[in-house]
Amino acid sequence: MADFFAGLVPGFVWDIWNSLPPLVQYLTVTVWKILFLTIGVILIVAFSTYFERKVIGSMQARVGPNRVGPLGLLQPFADVIKLLIKEVIVPSQSSKFLFVVAPLLSLTPALATWAVIPLNNWYVIADINAGLLYVLALTSVGVYGVILAGWATNSKYALLGAMRSAAQIVAYEIAMGFALVGVLMASGSLNLGAIVEAQSGGFSQWFLLPLLPLFVVYWISGVAETNRAPFDVAEGESEIVAGFHVEYSGVAFAVFFLAEYANMVLISTLTAIFFLGGWASPFEGWTFLNDISWLAWLTVGGLPWLFAKMCLFMYTFFWLRATFPRYRYDQIMRLGWKVFIPVTIVWIAVEGAMAWFHIGPWSGLSA
Amino acid sequence: MLQEYLPILIFLAIAAGIGMLLLALGFLIGRGQKDAEKLSPYECGFEAFDDSRMKFDVRYYLVAILFIIFDLEIAFLFPWAVSLDTVGKFGLISMGLFLAILVVGFIYEWKKGALEWD
Repeated sequence: MADFFAGLVPGFVWDIWNSLPPLVQYLTVTVWKILFLTIGVILIVAFSTYFERKVIGSMQARVGPNRVGPLGLLQPFADVIKLLIKEVIVPSQSSKFLFVVAPLLSLTPALATWAVIPLNNWYVIADINAGLLYVLALTSVGVYGVILAGWATNSKYALLGAMRSAAQIVAYEIAMGFALVGVLMASGSLNLGAIVEAQSGGFSQWFLLPLLPLFVVYWISGVAETNRAPFDVAEGESEIVAGFHVEYSGVAFAVFFLAEYANMVLISTLTAIFFLGGWASPFEGWTFLNDISWLAWLTVGGLPWLFAKMCLFMYTFFWLRATFPRYRYDQIMRLGWKVFIPVTIVWIAVEGAMAWFHIGPWSGLSA
Repeated sequence: MLQEYLPILIFLAIAAGIGMLLLALGFLIGRGQKDAEKLSPYECGFEAFDDSRMKFDVRYYLVAILFIIFDLEIAFLFPWAVSLDTVGKFGLISMGLFLAILVVGFIYEWKKGALEWD
Protein backbone atom coordinates (compact mmCIF):
# COMPACT_ATOMS: atom_id res chain seq x y z
CA MET A 1 0.00 0.00 0.00
CA ALA A 2 2.91 2.33 0.78
CA ASP A 3 4.10 2.00 -2.84
CA PHE A 4 0.68 3.07 -4.05
CA PHE A 5 0.80 6.31 -2.06
CA ALA A 6 4.47 6.99 -2.86
CA GLY A 7 3.60 7.92 -6.42
CA LEU A 8 0.62 10.08 -5.46
CA VAL A 9 1.99 12.56 -2.93
CA PRO A 10 4.93 14.97 -3.42
CA GLY A 11 8.26 14.04 -1.90
CA PHE A 12 8.29 16.50 1.02
CA VAL A 13 5.01 15.13 2.35
CA TRP A 14 6.61 11.72 2.26
CA ASP A 15 9.61 13.01 4.22
CA ILE A 16 7.39 14.46 6.93
CA TRP A 17 5.47 11.18 7.08
CA ASN A 18 8.65 9.16 7.50
CA SER A 19 9.87 11.42 10.30
CA LEU A 20 6.79 10.65 12.40
CA PRO A 21 7.11 8.01 15.15
CA PRO A 22 5.90 4.55 14.08
CA LEU A 23 3.03 4.59 16.58
CA VAL A 24 1.60 7.78 15.07
CA GLN A 25 1.96 6.32 11.57
CA TYR A 26 0.24 3.13 12.66
CA LEU A 27 -2.64 5.00 14.31
CA THR A 28 -3.12 7.31 11.33
CA VAL A 29 -3.25 4.43 8.86
CA THR A 30 -5.65 2.48 11.09
CA VAL A 31 -8.00 5.40 11.60
CA TRP A 32 -8.11 6.06 7.85
CA LYS A 33 -8.73 2.40 7.10
CA ILE A 34 -11.59 2.40 9.61
CA LEU A 35 -13.07 5.60 8.19
CA PHE A 36 -12.92 4.32 4.61
CA LEU A 37 -14.63 1.09 5.62
CA THR A 38 -17.28 2.83 7.73
CA ILE A 39 -18.10 5.35 5.01
CA GLY A 40 -18.32 2.49 2.53
CA VAL A 41 -20.73 0.60 4.76
CA ILE A 42 -22.87 3.69 5.35
CA LEU A 43 -23.01 4.38 1.59
CA ILE A 44 -24.02 0.76 0.93
CA VAL A 45 -26.72 1.16 3.59
CA ALA A 46 -27.95 4.38 2.00
CA PHE A 47 -28.21 2.89 -1.46
CA SER A 48 -29.67 -0.39 -0.27
CA THR A 49 -32.68 1.55 1.07
CA TYR A 50 -33.03 2.99 -2.44
CA PHE A 51 -32.65 -0.41 -4.12
CA GLU A 52 -35.05 -2.01 -1.67
CA ARG A 53 -37.76 0.42 -2.73
CA LYS A 54 -36.88 -0.01 -6.40
CA VAL A 55 -36.81 -3.82 -6.23
CA ILE A 56 -40.03 -4.13 -4.28
CA GLY A 57 -41.57 -1.49 -6.53
CA SER A 58 -40.83 -3.41 -9.68
CA MET A 59 -42.02 -6.64 -8.07
CA GLN A 60 -45.35 -4.92 -7.43
CA ALA A 61 -45.44 -3.35 -10.91
CA ARG A 62 -44.68 0.14 -9.57
CA VAL A 63 -41.83 2.48 -10.46
CA GLY A 64 -40.40 3.16 -7.03
CA PRO A 65 -38.65 6.43 -6.11
CA ASN A 66 -37.83 8.39 -9.29
CA ARG A 67 -38.11 12.09 -8.42
CA VAL A 68 -34.94 13.08 -6.55
CA GLY A 69 -32.00 13.13 -8.93
CA PRO A 70 -31.59 10.94 -12.01
CA LEU A 71 -33.67 7.74 -11.60
CA GLY A 72 -34.26 8.82 -8.01
CA LEU A 73 -30.67 8.00 -7.09
CA LEU A 74 -30.40 10.93 -4.67
CA GLN A 75 -33.42 9.72 -2.70
CA PRO A 76 -31.34 8.32 0.23
CA PHE A 77 -29.65 11.70 0.75
CA ALA A 78 -32.99 13.48 0.69
CA ASP A 79 -34.22 11.02 3.31
CA VAL A 80 -31.19 11.67 5.51
CA ILE A 81 -31.68 15.43 5.34
CA LYS A 82 -35.37 15.06 6.10
CA LEU A 83 -34.67 12.86 9.14
CA LEU A 84 -31.99 15.29 10.36
CA ILE A 85 -34.31 18.28 10.46
CA LYS A 86 -37.15 16.39 12.14
CA GLU A 87 -37.78 16.89 15.83
CA VAL A 88 -36.36 14.25 18.18
CA ILE A 89 -38.97 13.45 20.80
CA VAL A 90 -38.04 12.02 24.18
CA PRO A 91 -41.32 10.86 25.77
CA SER A 92 -42.14 12.34 29.17
CA GLN A 93 -42.44 9.00 30.99
CA SER A 94 -39.35 7.43 29.47
CA SER A 95 -35.98 6.84 31.12
CA LYS A 96 -34.30 9.68 29.29
CA PHE A 97 -30.70 8.52 29.47
CA LEU A 98 -31.41 4.93 28.38
CA PHE A 99 -33.73 6.21 25.68
CA VAL A 100 -30.83 8.06 24.05
CA VAL A 101 -28.23 5.35 24.71
CA ALA A 102 -30.31 2.52 23.17
CA PRO A 103 -29.83 3.55 19.50
CA LEU A 104 -26.09 3.90 20.14
CA LEU A 105 -26.00 0.37 21.55
CA SER A 106 -27.65 -0.83 18.36
CA LEU A 107 -25.42 1.05 15.94
CA THR A 108 -22.00 0.61 17.55
CA PRO A 109 -21.82 -3.20 17.31
CA ALA A 110 -23.38 -3.18 13.83
CA LEU A 111 -20.50 -1.03 12.60
CA ALA A 112 -17.66 -2.24 14.82
CA THR A 113 -18.10 -5.88 13.79
CA TRP A 114 -16.62 -4.88 10.44
CA ALA A 115 -13.21 -4.64 12.13
CA VAL A 116 -12.51 -8.35 11.55
CA ILE A 117 -14.16 -8.75 8.13
CA PRO A 118 -11.55 -9.36 5.41
CA LEU A 119 -12.46 -7.36 2.29
CA ASN A 120 -9.63 -8.93 0.28
CA ASN A 121 -6.35 -10.57 1.14
CA TRP A 122 -4.88 -7.49 2.85
CA TYR A 123 -7.68 -5.07 3.76
CA VAL A 124 -8.71 -6.18 7.21
CA ILE A 125 -8.58 -3.76 10.13
CA ALA A 126 -7.86 -6.24 12.91
CA ASP A 127 -6.53 -9.58 11.72
CA ILE A 128 -7.11 -11.38 15.01
CA ASN A 129 -7.19 -15.12 15.62
CA ALA A 130 -10.48 -15.01 17.50
CA GLY A 131 -12.24 -13.17 14.68
CA LEU A 132 -15.35 -15.32 14.67
CA LEU A 133 -15.74 -15.10 18.45
CA TYR A 134 -15.53 -11.32 18.15
CA VAL A 135 -18.25 -11.34 15.50
CA LEU A 136 -20.51 -13.48 17.68
CA ALA A 137 -19.83 -11.38 20.78
CA LEU A 138 -20.62 -8.09 19.07
CA THR A 139 -23.68 -9.25 17.18
CA SER A 140 -25.04 -10.46 20.53
CA VAL A 141 -24.66 -6.98 22.00
CA GLY A 142 -27.14 -5.67 19.44
CA VAL A 143 -30.01 -7.24 21.36
CA TYR A 144 -29.34 -4.90 24.30
CA GLY A 145 -30.11 -1.93 22.10
CA VAL A 146 -33.48 -3.42 21.19
CA ILE A 147 -34.50 -4.39 24.72
CA LEU A 148 -33.26 -1.13 26.24
CA ALA A 149 -35.17 0.87 23.65
CA GLY A 150 -38.37 -0.99 24.48
CA TRP A 151 -37.85 -0.64 28.22
CA ALA A 152 -36.73 2.97 28.25
CA THR A 153 -39.60 4.17 26.06
CA ASN A 154 -42.15 3.05 28.66
CA SER A 155 -44.86 2.46 26.09
CA LYS A 156 -46.77 -0.80 25.87
CA TYR A 157 -46.20 -1.27 22.17
CA ALA A 158 -42.50 -0.67 22.51
CA LEU A 159 -42.15 -3.08 25.41
CA LEU A 160 -44.10 -5.82 23.62
CA GLY A 161 -42.06 -5.33 20.47
CA ALA A 162 -38.80 -5.42 22.39
CA MET A 163 -39.75 -8.64 24.20
CA ARG A 164 -40.75 -10.34 20.98
CA SER A 165 -37.68 -9.12 19.18
CA ALA A 166 -35.26 -10.10 21.94
CA ALA A 167 -36.70 -13.62 22.33
CA GLN A 168 -36.55 -14.10 18.57
CA ILE A 169 -32.99 -12.82 18.19
CA VAL A 170 -31.84 -14.98 21.08
CA ALA A 171 -33.57 -18.12 19.74
CA TYR A 172 -32.07 -17.80 16.27
CA GLU A 173 -28.64 -16.99 17.61
CA ILE A 174 -28.38 -20.58 18.84
CA ALA A 175 -29.13 -22.01 15.40
CA MET A 176 -26.58 -19.57 13.96
CA GLY A 177 -23.95 -20.61 16.48
CA PHE A 178 -24.47 -24.30 15.71
CA ALA A 179 -24.22 -23.61 11.97
CA LEU A 180 -20.93 -21.84 12.60
CA VAL A 181 -19.58 -24.85 14.52
CA GLY A 182 -19.97 -26.76 11.24
CA VAL A 183 -18.04 -24.05 9.38
CA LEU A 184 -15.29 -24.20 12.00
CA MET A 185 -15.02 -27.98 11.70
CA ALA A 186 -14.48 -27.55 7.98
CA SER A 187 -12.08 -24.60 8.14
CA GLY A 188 -10.16 -25.33 11.34
CA SER A 189 -9.72 -21.65 12.20
CA LEU A 190 -11.59 -18.81 13.90
CA ASN A 191 -9.85 -16.21 11.74
CA LEU A 192 -12.21 -15.02 9.00
CA GLY A 193 -9.33 -14.60 6.55
CA ALA A 194 -8.28 -18.20 7.17
CA ILE A 195 -11.87 -19.36 6.67
CA VAL A 196 -11.82 -17.71 3.24
CA GLU A 197 -8.40 -19.24 2.46
CA ALA A 198 -9.76 -22.68 3.40
CA GLN A 199 -12.29 -22.29 0.58
CA SER A 200 -9.79 -21.24 -2.09
CA GLY A 201 -9.66 -23.24 -5.30
CA GLY A 202 -12.83 -22.16 -7.00
CA PHE A 203 -16.52 -22.80 -6.77
CA SER A 204 -16.24 -26.52 -5.97
CA GLN A 205 -14.18 -25.86 -2.81
CA TRP A 206 -16.71 -23.52 -1.22
CA PHE A 207 -18.46 -24.73 1.91
CA LEU A 208 -21.77 -24.12 0.15
CA LEU A 209 -22.19 -27.69 -1.08
CA PRO A 210 -20.76 -29.82 1.77
CA LEU A 211 -22.52 -27.62 4.34
CA LEU A 212 -25.69 -26.92 2.38
CA PRO A 213 -28.13 -27.50 5.31
CA LEU A 214 -26.03 -25.25 7.56
CA PHE A 215 -25.96 -22.58 4.86
CA VAL A 216 -29.75 -22.60 4.64
CA VAL A 217 -30.09 -22.51 8.44
CA TYR A 218 -27.51 -19.73 8.75
CA TRP A 219 -29.07 -17.56 6.10
CA ILE A 220 -32.66 -17.90 7.34
CA SER A 221 -31.49 -17.34 10.93
CA GLY A 222 -29.69 -14.25 9.68
CA VAL A 223 -32.94 -12.91 8.25
CA ALA A 224 -34.66 -13.64 11.57
CA GLU A 225 -31.80 -12.06 13.57
CA THR A 226 -32.14 -8.78 11.73
CA ASN A 227 -35.92 -8.79 12.30
CA ARG A 228 -36.61 -8.60 8.60
CA ALA A 229 -39.67 -9.83 6.73
CA PRO A 230 -41.07 -12.50 6.92
CA PHE A 231 -39.84 -12.59 10.55
CA ASP A 232 -40.62 -8.97 11.37
CA VAL A 233 -43.29 -9.53 14.05
CA ALA A 234 -41.20 -7.27 16.29
CA GLU A 235 -42.45 -4.33 14.27
CA GLY A 236 -45.62 -5.83 12.84
CA GLU A 237 -47.47 -2.67 11.84
CA SER A 238 -50.88 -4.28 12.05
CA GLU A 239 -50.39 -5.48 15.63
CA ILE A 240 -47.95 -3.36 17.57
CA VAL A 241 -47.47 -0.31 15.35
CA ALA A 242 -43.68 -0.33 15.00
CA GLY A 243 -42.45 -2.35 17.93
CA PHE A 244 -39.52 -1.18 19.98
CA HIS A 245 -38.86 2.04 18.06
CA VAL A 246 -42.44 3.33 18.05
CA GLU A 247 -41.54 6.50 20.02
CA TYR A 248 -38.29 7.22 18.20
CA SER A 249 -38.41 10.06 15.74
CA GLY A 250 -36.01 12.00 13.56
CA VAL A 251 -32.37 11.10 13.91
CA ALA A 252 -32.90 8.70 16.82
CA PHE A 253 -35.04 6.61 14.47
CA ALA A 254 -32.49 7.05 11.69
CA VAL A 255 -29.79 5.55 13.92
CA PHE A 256 -31.94 2.44 14.51
CA PHE A 257 -32.63 2.28 10.80
CA LEU A 258 -28.93 2.57 9.99
CA ALA A 259 -28.17 -0.18 12.51
CA GLU A 260 -30.78 -2.51 11.01
CA TYR A 261 -29.49 -2.07 7.48
CA ALA A 262 -25.84 -2.25 8.57
CA ASN A 263 -26.72 -5.56 10.22
CA MET A 264 -28.32 -6.77 6.98
CA VAL A 265 -25.20 -5.90 5.01
CA LEU A 266 -23.12 -7.56 7.72
CA ILE A 267 -25.13 -10.80 7.67
CA SER A 268 -24.96 -10.85 3.85
CA THR A 269 -21.18 -10.41 3.94
CA LEU A 270 -20.72 -13.00 6.69
CA THR A 271 -22.80 -15.56 4.78
CA ALA A 272 -20.64 -14.90 1.72
CA ILE A 273 -17.48 -15.36 3.80
CA PHE A 274 -18.59 -18.53 5.58
CA PHE A 275 -20.20 -20.36 2.67
CA LEU A 276 -19.42 -18.65 -0.64
CA GLY A 277 -15.68 -18.18 -0.29
CA GLY A 278 -15.68 -14.48 0.68
CA TRP A 279 -13.47 -12.47 -1.66
CA ALA A 280 -12.30 -15.58 -3.55
CA SER A 281 -13.22 -15.88 -7.22
CA PRO A 282 -15.59 -18.73 -8.15
CA PHE A 283 -13.42 -19.43 -11.21
CA GLU A 284 -10.14 -19.73 -9.31
CA GLY A 285 -8.01 -22.47 -10.85
CA TRP A 286 -9.78 -22.40 -14.23
CA THR A 287 -6.43 -21.96 -15.98
CA PHE A 288 -7.91 -21.90 -19.48
CA LEU A 289 -9.56 -18.56 -18.61
CA ASN A 290 -6.09 -17.03 -18.20
CA ASP A 291 -5.37 -17.70 -21.86
CA ILE A 292 -8.32 -15.59 -22.98
CA SER A 293 -7.06 -12.09 -22.27
CA TRP A 294 -10.42 -10.38 -21.77
CA LEU A 295 -11.63 -13.06 -19.32
CA ALA A 296 -8.47 -13.42 -17.25
CA TRP A 297 -9.73 -11.01 -14.57
CA LEU A 298 -12.44 -13.52 -13.67
CA THR A 299 -9.96 -15.81 -11.91
CA VAL A 300 -8.55 -13.07 -9.67
CA GLY A 301 -10.15 -12.79 -6.24
CA GLY A 302 -10.78 -9.47 -4.51
CA LEU A 303 -13.26 -6.99 -3.14
CA PRO A 304 -15.50 -6.96 -6.28
CA TRP A 305 -16.32 -10.62 -5.75
CA LEU A 306 -17.19 -10.10 -2.10
CA PHE A 307 -19.31 -7.11 -3.10
CA ALA A 308 -21.13 -9.13 -5.76
CA LYS A 309 -21.89 -11.93 -3.29
CA MET A 310 -23.04 -9.40 -0.70
CA CYS A 311 -25.37 -7.81 -3.28
CA LEU A 312 -26.82 -11.22 -4.10
CA PHE A 313 -27.84 -11.74 -0.47
CA MET A 314 -29.07 -8.17 -0.06
CA TYR A 315 -31.30 -8.74 -3.09
CA THR A 316 -32.58 -11.92 -1.44
CA PHE A 317 -33.52 -9.87 1.65
CA PHE A 318 -35.69 -7.59 -0.53
CA TRP A 319 -37.05 -10.49 -2.52
CA LEU A 320 -38.16 -12.29 0.67
CA ARG A 321 -39.85 -9.13 1.89
CA ALA A 322 -41.80 -8.73 -1.34
CA THR A 323 -42.76 -12.40 -1.54
CA PHE A 324 -43.69 -13.82 1.86
CA PRO A 325 -46.47 -12.89 4.26
CA ARG A 326 -45.46 -12.34 7.87
CA TYR A 327 -44.91 -15.42 10.02
CA ARG A 328 -46.96 -15.90 13.18
CA TYR A 329 -44.92 -15.63 16.37
CA ASP A 330 -45.43 -19.22 17.50
CA GLN A 331 -44.42 -20.37 14.03
CA ILE A 332 -41.21 -18.36 14.28
CA MET A 333 -40.35 -19.90 17.63
CA ARG A 334 -41.19 -23.37 16.36
CA LEU A 335 -38.97 -22.95 13.31
CA GLY A 336 -36.07 -21.76 15.44
CA TRP A 337 -36.21 -24.28 18.28
CA LYS A 338 -37.81 -27.34 16.72
CA VAL A 339 -36.50 -27.31 13.18
CA PHE A 340 -33.21 -25.42 12.95
CA ILE A 341 -31.55 -26.62 16.17
CA PRO A 342 -32.19 -30.34 15.46
CA VAL A 343 -31.08 -29.91 11.83
CA THR A 344 -27.80 -28.28 12.85
CA ILE A 345 -27.08 -30.84 15.59
CA VAL A 346 -27.68 -33.67 13.13
CA TRP A 347 -25.45 -32.07 10.53
CA ILE A 348 -22.63 -31.59 13.06
CA ALA A 349 -22.89 -35.32 13.82
CA VAL A 350 -22.84 -36.09 10.09
CA GLU A 351 -19.78 -33.90 9.67
CA GLY A 352 -18.09 -35.70 12.56
CA ALA A 353 -18.82 -39.07 10.92
CA MET A 354 -17.50 -37.81 7.59
CA ALA A 355 -14.30 -36.59 9.23
CA TRP A 356 -13.93 -40.01 10.88
CA PHE A 357 -14.08 -41.78 7.52
CA HIS A 358 -12.03 -39.11 5.69
CA ILE A 359 -14.85 -38.08 3.35
CA GLY A 360 -15.30 -34.52 2.16
CA PRO A 361 -13.18 -31.38 2.57
CA TRP A 362 -12.03 -32.26 6.10
CA SER A 363 -8.39 -33.12 6.30
CA GLY A 364 -9.27 -36.10 8.45
CA LEU A 365 -8.40 -37.09 11.98
CA SER A 366 -5.02 -37.98 13.33
CA ALA A 367 -4.86 -41.10 15.52
CA MET B 1 -0.60 -10.01 20.79
CA LEU B 2 -2.78 -7.42 22.51
CA GLN B 3 -1.68 -4.86 19.94
CA GLU B 4 -3.76 -6.68 17.34
CA TYR B 5 -6.83 -5.67 19.31
CA LEU B 6 -6.01 -1.96 19.36
CA PRO B 7 -7.72 -1.27 15.99
CA ILE B 8 -10.87 -2.85 17.40
CA LEU B 9 -10.86 -0.43 20.29
CA ILE B 10 -10.40 2.47 17.88
CA PHE B 11 -13.17 1.13 15.66
CA LEU B 12 -15.56 0.83 18.64
CA ALA B 13 -14.78 4.43 19.58
CA ILE B 14 -15.31 5.66 16.01
CA ALA B 15 -18.57 3.70 15.61
CA ALA B 16 -19.91 5.08 18.89
CA GLY B 17 -18.67 8.53 17.86
CA ILE B 18 -20.62 8.39 14.59
CA GLY B 19 -23.77 7.48 16.50
CA MET B 20 -23.28 10.26 19.03
CA LEU B 21 -22.51 12.77 16.29
CA LEU B 22 -25.73 11.87 14.46
CA LEU B 23 -27.81 12.11 17.64
CA ALA B 24 -26.21 15.41 18.61
CA LEU B 25 -26.92 16.81 15.13
CA GLY B 26 -30.50 15.67 15.44
CA PHE B 27 -31.01 17.40 18.77
CA LEU B 28 -29.34 20.56 17.44
CA ILE B 29 -30.99 20.82 14.02
CA GLY B 30 -34.33 19.15 14.65
CA ARG B 31 -36.90 21.78 15.42
CA GLY B 32 -40.41 21.78 16.83
CA GLN B 33 -42.39 22.75 19.91
CA LYS B 34 -42.87 20.24 22.65
CA ASP B 35 -46.11 19.95 24.60
CA ALA B 36 -47.47 17.50 27.13
CA GLU B 37 -49.67 15.68 24.64
CA LYS B 38 -46.87 15.20 22.15
CA LEU B 39 -44.56 13.82 24.80
CA SER B 40 -47.05 11.35 26.27
CA PRO B 41 -46.55 7.70 25.35
CA TYR B 42 -48.36 6.58 22.21
CA GLU B 43 -51.44 4.51 22.96
CA CYS B 44 -53.85 4.89 20.04
CA GLY B 45 -55.28 8.16 21.31
CA PHE B 46 -55.96 6.99 24.87
CA GLU B 47 -54.43 8.42 27.97
CA ALA B 48 -52.02 5.77 29.22
CA PHE B 49 -54.02 3.61 31.66
CA ASP B 50 -51.13 2.48 33.80
CA ASP B 51 -47.39 2.07 33.77
CA SER B 52 -46.34 -0.06 30.82
CA ARG B 53 -43.64 -1.87 32.77
CA MET B 54 -46.04 -4.59 33.70
CA LYS B 55 -45.77 -8.32 34.22
CA PHE B 56 -44.84 -10.20 31.09
CA ASP B 57 -45.23 -13.74 29.90
CA VAL B 58 -42.99 -16.23 31.70
CA ARG B 59 -42.15 -17.88 28.38
CA TYR B 60 -39.84 -15.01 27.43
CA TYR B 61 -37.96 -15.77 30.62
CA LEU B 62 -37.83 -19.46 29.75
CA VAL B 63 -36.44 -18.67 26.30
CA ALA B 64 -33.69 -16.62 27.92
CA ILE B 65 -32.75 -19.48 30.27
CA LEU B 66 -32.71 -22.04 27.45
CA PHE B 67 -30.62 -19.63 25.43
CA ILE B 68 -27.95 -19.49 28.13
CA ILE B 69 -27.72 -23.30 28.25
CA PHE B 70 -27.42 -23.70 24.49
CA ASP B 71 -25.12 -20.76 23.99
CA LEU B 72 -22.79 -22.16 26.61
CA GLU B 73 -22.84 -25.45 24.75
CA ILE B 74 -21.83 -23.65 21.56
CA ALA B 75 -19.02 -21.97 23.46
CA PHE B 76 -17.78 -25.48 24.37
CA LEU B 77 -18.10 -26.66 20.78
CA PHE B 78 -16.05 -23.85 19.23
CA PRO B 79 -12.57 -24.76 20.51
CA TRP B 80 -13.29 -28.41 19.79
CA ALA B 81 -14.39 -27.70 16.21
CA VAL B 82 -11.29 -25.59 15.52
CA SER B 83 -8.94 -28.31 16.74
CA LEU B 84 -10.83 -31.20 15.14
CA ASP B 85 -7.70 -32.31 13.28
CA THR B 86 -5.59 -32.60 16.44
CA VAL B 87 -8.04 -33.98 19.02
CA GLY B 88 -8.58 -37.00 16.77
CA LYS B 89 -11.02 -39.83 17.25
CA PHE B 90 -10.90 -39.60 21.05
CA GLY B 91 -12.01 -35.97 20.84
CA LEU B 92 -14.75 -36.85 18.40
CA ILE B 93 -16.15 -39.57 20.66
CA SER B 94 -15.98 -37.32 23.75
CA MET B 95 -17.86 -34.57 21.99
CA GLY B 96 -20.35 -37.15 20.69
CA LEU B 97 -21.09 -38.17 24.29
CA PHE B 98 -21.37 -34.54 25.40
CA LEU B 99 -23.79 -33.76 22.57
CA ALA B 100 -25.78 -36.94 23.29
CA ILE B 101 -26.33 -35.84 26.91
CA LEU B 102 -27.43 -32.44 25.69
CA VAL B 103 -29.76 -33.94 23.12
CA VAL B 104 -31.41 -35.96 25.91
CA GLY B 105 -31.96 -32.68 27.76
CA PHE B 106 -33.29 -31.10 24.60
CA ILE B 107 -35.78 -33.94 24.07
CA TYR B 108 -36.89 -33.59 27.71
CA GLU B 109 -37.52 -29.87 27.22
CA TRP B 110 -39.43 -30.57 24.04
CA LYS B 111 -41.62 -33.25 25.68
CA LYS B 112 -42.22 -31.05 28.73
CA GLY B 113 -43.57 -28.38 26.38
CA ALA B 114 -40.96 -25.74 27.20
CA LEU B 115 -40.66 -25.01 23.50
CA GLU B 116 -44.40 -24.62 22.89
CA TRP B 117 -45.68 -21.13 22.27
CA ASP B 118 -49.47 -21.34 22.25
